[in-house]
Order: sequence, then structure tokens, then C-alpha cells
Amino acid sequence: MLAKRIIPCLDVRDGKVVKGVQFRNHEIVGDIVPLAEQYAKAGADELVFYDITASSDQRVVDKSWVNRIAQVIDIPFCVAGGIKSVADAGKILEMGADKISINSPALANPELITELHDRFGQQCVVIGIDSFYNAEDKEYQVYQFTGDEKRTQKTRWQTADWVKEVQERGAGEIVLNCMNQDGVRKGYDIEQLSAIREICQVPLIASGGAGAMEHFAEVYQKADVDGALAASVFHKAVIDIQELKTFLRNENIEIRS
Amino acid sequence: MSENLVIVNTGCANISSVRYAIERLGYAVEVSEDVNAIKNASKVFLPGVGTASAAMSEIRRKELEATIQSLSQPVLGICLGMQLMTSSSEEGDASCLGLIEAQVKRMKVGDLRLPHMGWNKIKAQKDNLLFDGLDGEYFYFVHSYSVGLGDYTLASCDYAAPFSASIGQNNFYGVQFHPERSSHAGARLLQNFIENA
Repeated sequence: MLAKRIIPCLDVRDGKVVKGVQFRNHEIVGDIVPLAEQYAKAGADELVFYDITASSDQRVVDKSWVNRIAQVIDIPFCVAGGIKSVADAGKILEMGADKISINSPALANPELITELHDRFGQQCVVIGIDSFYNAEDKEYQVYQFTGDEKRTQKTRWQTADWVKEVQERGAGEIVLNCMNQDGVRKGYDIEQLSAIREICQVPLIASGGAGAMEHFAEVYQKADVDGALAASVFHKAVIDIQELKTFLRNENIEIRS
Repeated sequence: MSENLVIVNTGCANISSVRYAIERLGYAVEVSEDVNAIKNASKVFLPGVGTASAAMSEIRRKELEATIQSLSQPVLGICLGMQLMTSSSEEGDASCLGLIEAQVKRMKVGDLRLPHMGWNKIKAQKDNLLFDGLDGEYFYFVHSYSVGLGDYTLASCDYAAPFSASIGQNNFYGVQFHPERSSHAGARLLQNFIENA
């Protein structure tokens, strides 16, 4: 049976792993390569590196760290942030990343998804979606430029429609970041993820809300997601990956040993 | 005898990952599309990601088809590289290298998702040198097409239905998963191939 994946996400700025509150006051956590190695050894099934340097300004960003990670890491990893073209994606994949994740650039130009699929294959095209539940309209709405508070804006897309659109265009995996839960650590958005699961035929990764081991069990069992992404609970050592794996196995969830 | 390892430069995206995985085991390895370098290798790796038809076009454009077919030393196909070793693939209706008498078909998975992406457990055939010490281990898979079970199956995996996680015939071996991204199990498989094949 296919195992459920546990995916730590590391924010990268200028080649260093950082953490911050609401995208501000970033503090350097450490060098990217030893941290990546540490997570791989601890039993992470996959890693996501989110380059926040790239998403907020226009200059050419040094991505040589991707190559340094590829040399030492023996689990799959995905690079997100600042990939705006087929050429950008090609450079990241050549340096050894297994997948590239795009979010706002796909919303600006959906054709980019098709182009990436045709050039590199479905397996490496991940689409990140920032979805916000608008209680007034009772709708899940897609937001873009969420990396920069000043530029964050609602798009014309309802989440379910965008999920269908990206699949038709060749997405190989979808990471659904539930913005209402993000950073709150009160659990994943089971209701929304379950609804999206119904219409998602490619792997679906939950993001936003992990605060305790029970939250992982819940999202795998109730929303049937393929993987769960989390950042702060791992970085702040709230959850130990090996303990989490043992806990989930005891809950009869298929987990890689 | 010291090993002379060569990765065939198929122009695919995972070549550097395969190279780094072999280097992590302490071996030097050359990435090449030169006919003589490939022929003189003691072991050859055939990596690949993307589509079968595109990869076969690339191999034909580089005039490497006959060279690969003529090899008598151990050759390991990885992921799409394994699929290229078969007779044909439904993906883009491609005729492949014909090294292993098998066909690649679109996976039928019912309500499950495609691609089959993530870590899955394999069952190894008894006394297989490639899978020495690896029966029951998890490996990392990413694919939507697969080879069914047959005489050529060296290891099997299950996703809605059983399929070949690894195939082999004569000196040609292939794995559907990515050993270069399969943690300690993947490293052991590469080591088994380099040291035992």
C-alpha cells in the first residue's frame, strides 16, 4: 500500500533557512544543507523548500543551494517560489530538484501549467493553491501573492474550479494551503480538504494548521490526503518526526518505516 | 577490478540526482552520450523521467539506440529508463529498445490517484542479487504507466493491482522506482547493482 507522506516545509531566504511570523521579522534558523540532511535522517518522506527571496522582489535570485541539497539528500524534494517560466523550472530541475511548485504565476498565466507539463512531464508539476474561506459569501476563494501582505489579493477563482482547471492542464500534484488555518496550529481544514479530495484525481497535499500529532491522523483518515505538510511544528520541535510516525502507525495508517 | 560506471545522457531531468546518489556511495561516475565511453563501461545506468516517446526520440537523435541494444555488461534502467527497456509503451504509442520482452501500459487504479506518487512497499523475488536485503522495503515511486507481472518480474508492488517494481532479462535490469530518492533502501539497491550484478 502507498504510504501517507509527512512533508516538512522549509522557508529559504538568500540561501538560509528562516522562520518568521506572518512573513515578517525573519530570523535565520540555520544553513540549509545541514537542516535538510537532518530532516531526511529524521524520517521525513519528502521536503519542500519555499524560496521567499524570490517571491517578493524582481532581482535574479541565486538558486545554487538547490544543487547543494540534491548532492546530499536521498529523499525527494520540491522547490517553490519564484518560478515564473519554463526556463526557470528547467534550471531548478537540472540542479536536481524532483518537482517544482508554482502558485501565483500559474494564476497569472494558466498556460504555464500546460507548458511545464509538456516540457518536463506531469510528475514534476506541483500546483500550490492558497484558499481562503469567505464566511460572508460562504465560498472558498483562491488568493494570490500571499507571500507579501501588501500585494495579497483575491482572484476570480473559486477553489474547486481552480482545482479542476489545474488538473485539466496537467498538474501532477496539488498542495492546498488553507489560509484560515495557517499558523493557528488548531488542525488541518478537514471539511475543505474532504470536499477538494472528491474532485482531485491527482495526489493532494494538506497544508496549514498542523499543531499536534492527532491533526496528522485526522487529515489522513478523514480527508484521505496523500501527504501533510507542516513547518513550525517541526522547526520548533513541537513534534518529533519519528514519534509522529510511530503514533500514526499505531493508528493503523500506512507510514514508511 | 575498479568499476567504470557510466550514466547514459538521455537528456532527462533526474540525471544529476542519479549521479549524486552513486557518488554518495563512494564511486566515480561519468555522464556520457559518447558511444565508446558507454561501450567500455563496466556498468551502465539508463535514467529517465518524462514521456517514453520523447525519451526514445532523444535516444534516436543521439544515435544511441543500437549502442544500448548491443551492450553485454550489466545495465540498470531507472523509472522511465526501465520502461524504455521494454518492447513498447502505450505512452505516446512508443516502440522502445526491446531489451526485455514486456509492455508498458497505463495503470488502471479505480478510485486511486495517478500518478502513483510516493513511498510503496515491494516484494522481492527470492535470491535476487539486486534486492539482496531489500524484501519488504519502501521505495519512492512516481509514474502513471507500468509493466504487469511476468517471468521478467524481479520485484512486485501493489497499487490497485500488482505491477512490476523491477524487471530483468539477461544483463538488463530495470526499476520502476527512483533508487536515487529512496533513502537507505535506494542506496543499498544501487550498491547491490554495482557490486553484485
